[in-house]
Amino acid sequence: MSMPFGYVSPEQEMRDKADFARKGIARGRSVVVLQYENGILFVAPNASRALHKISEIYDRIGFAAVGKYNEFEALRLGGIRYADINGYTYDRGDVTARGLANLYAQSLGMVFTESRKPYEVELVVAEVGDSSADDQIYRLTFDGSVTDEHGFVVMGGVADTVAGRLKDRYQSEMSLEDALDAALAALTEPGGERPPVSQLEVAVLDRNREHRKFLRLAGPRLERLIGGATSPAGEEEPGAQAENGPATAPPEGEIDTGSGE
Amino acid sequence: MSAQRDRSDQLLFLDTGSTSFTEFVQSYAPGLLPARFETTGSIGDLIPHATTIVAATFAGGVVMAGDRRATAGNYISQKDMDKVFRTDEYSCMGIAGTASTGIEMARLYCVELEHYEKREGRTLSVEGKANRLATMIRGNLPLAMQGIVVVPLFAAYDTEGGAGRIFSYDVGGGPYEQKRFAAIGSGSIFARGALKKLYRDGATAEETVLACVQALYDAADDDSATGGPDVTRKIWPAVAVIDDEGFRRLPDTEVESHVRQVLDARMADPDGPTAPLR
Repeated sequence: MSMPFGYVSPEQEMRDKADFARKGIARGRSVVVLQYENGILFVAPNASRALHKISEIYDRIGFAAVGKYNEFEALRLGGIRYADINGYTYDRGDVTARGLANLYAQSLGMVFTESRKPYEVELVVAEVGDSSADDQIYRLTFDGSVTDEHGFVVMGGVADTVAGRLKDRYQSEMSLEDALDAALAALTEPGGERPPVSQLEVAVLDRNREHRKFLRLAGPRLERLIGGATSPAGEEEPGAQAENGPATAPPEGEIDTGSGE
Repeated sequence: MSAQRDRSDQLLFLDTGSTSFTEFVQSYAPGLLPARFETTGSIGDLIPHATTIVAATFAGGVVMAGDRRATAGNYISQKDMDKVFRTDEYSCMGIAGTASTGIEMARLYCVELEHYEKREGRTLSVEGKANRLATMIRGNLPLAMQGIVVVPLFAAYDTEGGAGRIFSYDVGGGPYEQKRFAAIGSGSIFARGALKKLYRDGATAEETVLACVQALYDAADDDSATGGPDVTRKIWPAVAVIDDEGFRRLPDTEVESHVRQVLDARMADPDGPTAPLR
């Protein structure tokens, strides 16, 4: 039996879309989200001061994304509208990360199946609870699948390699300084130089804050935190320059637009 | 379920192009906005009213205080109502007039400021915040004509100028920036008179709080709709202070000590402190 000319099986079409999205997401730099003793920490190497990869959604809910900026920005704004309208309609306590993750899953899933081009994005929606056992971290991929994560999440860029490095250093209930140190160590190539403070976007959801838990950390405050890690930081400091693998080095500079090579 | 749900979900991701939460609600769920209906005839007297709010600046900040009474005609509908609302880290508003609409408006305004901040990644300027509130009050004008009047008082700490600022409004909007102090509501005539005599330039936050508590006492003294301090039920005025560290609602114990001080002095002199004649 012969197929009509130009026929593509659904399986093939989905595979192609998924490959396309994965390539786009892997092109940028990794973003790390991890739990620490007082909440959830977000770390993203980001040279831009204006284009954020990390954002506040609501009182207890934060957002991090990798991939194509215009696509995850649209999702971020939609999430803010969702949270604000629900908090205004009912009560501030009725806005949950679970509800938001569901909304994103629906939207991403619909775009993946119905549009010719899927979104080249990966998201984390995190909600800080009263204790670290109540913290929730949801990871959403381009096809709308949701996973409930514990401890830490790495997405974008060479995510598996970074996650491997973070796994060695991650402990539950770390202090903010140690968590930040672990995240930066994971984001840095062995033997490589850590990104300067001006090229980092860092924020926390701190459960001890009043009202809105989200707080951006920048400038002198961030420098103090980076300098204040208690764990021995001399493990993989300069010396082993030879290990610098140029093949996996992510592109420098601005947030990648995901378009073209 | 799903068709309608999908449609409303999609609307969430459709950019309205506006930074205003109110405009978004208008297109998404207009029924949620405060009081967008038409009434027949005046129902103003049947609905509880919030009464007196005072605000005064001090060196490096601003104080806002309100009594706790809500009235419907001659009936006291609530004894411990809260009419001073934190609207963001550096601003607050007090409401006088129809209580229900005022509370809803404060809630909406609070989301409006936060929505802008999250969307744009910056806070509105103090003038921007004051103007935005004016538009919301103007939107209520048709209802105000039918007796559902809401008049707010807005106070903010200007992080750029390093000073407290006060804005008042009328039913048609505003804003009118007020120097030093302002009062709204049914007892405002008496409160303003008191503040005129008690306000001191360069006073500390604590002295300014005391002046506001005195002014509210004078308002309650002469206006039946304004509630005085309720010693038996331990209901004290709502007092908020905004300075460079942000909004802070004074705890009941702190307000109580101020009120007790005022009450003790008034036992000897019921009309309160006298201002020097010359």
